[in-house]
Amino acid sequence: MGNGTNLGRVRGLGSANEGAHHWWQQRVTAAANLFLMLWFLLAIAQAPGYDFDSIRLWLSSAWVAIPLLLLIASVFYHFRLGLQVVIEDYQHGENRVALMLLLNFFTVAAAGVAIFSILKIAFTGVPK
Amino acid sequence: MASKAPNRPLSPHLMHVRWPINMMVSIIHRATGSGMATVGTALLVWWLAALAAGKESYAYFMSWFTGDWAPLGYVIGVGLTLSLFQHMASGVRHFVMDVGANYELKGNRTTAWLTFAFSLTATVLFWAYVTMGK
Repeated sequence: MGNGTNLGRVRGLGSANEGAHHWWQQRVTAAANLFLMLWFLLAIAQAPGYDFDSIRLWLSSAWVAIPLLLLIASVFYHFRLGLQVVIEDYQHGENRVALMLLLNFFTVAAAGVAIFSILKIAFTGVPK
Repeated sequence: MASKAPNRPLSPHLMHVRWPINMMVSIIHRATGSGMATVGTALLVWWLAALAAGKESYAYFMSWFTGDWAPLGYVIGVGLTLSLFQHMASGVRHFVMDVGANYELKGNRTTAWLTFAFSLTATVLFWAYVTMGK
């Protein structure tokens, strides 16, 4: 077994040296989420109205569309990392692999729809 | 594989152990995160997609959370904001513990209570502003 001996390392069984990667990414996105979600809550609370025209107009501003795109990227990556840990804790064997794949597809598909929607609104504004 | 379960004492069941506040904050951090990642994501994406699709789609989306369905809208809206503020507060508490601080029993317990105080206060203030502020 690769327990850190020279032979183990030669056989490629040593540490992959990426043990902290997931942990660190979760902390970095958490910090970004903190600022982006505080902005989002304040912006939503102060929006002039919640009807179709008001929200379309609000979202067609770059000052709203860009932070919202960044929020989607950071929050979605963060919850993908978080749900991964939940799956790893409670599911084992084939279920774990299947759920992990499902999680990746869900995250990417949801992000795709969200990003396209924001861009479409940002580029077309309030329809006549 | 053993075919019969051995007749040994079971590990302490959830109902038999104490529920310290620190443990509650930890499990609620996971629960709120999982809830927002699924329900919150679905609603956020639906909201954005409906808004991008047009007036009818947006009206259909809103019809599920306003008018006759307003109670559902408030339950989900308040639930999600409460989850968000709670996850945010316990997340900040996590940052402090990540740097190795706040492991003293008293301080750890006090900050655990503070996360609930923050999330409840922030949720009340947010909805008071949104519903009565204009």
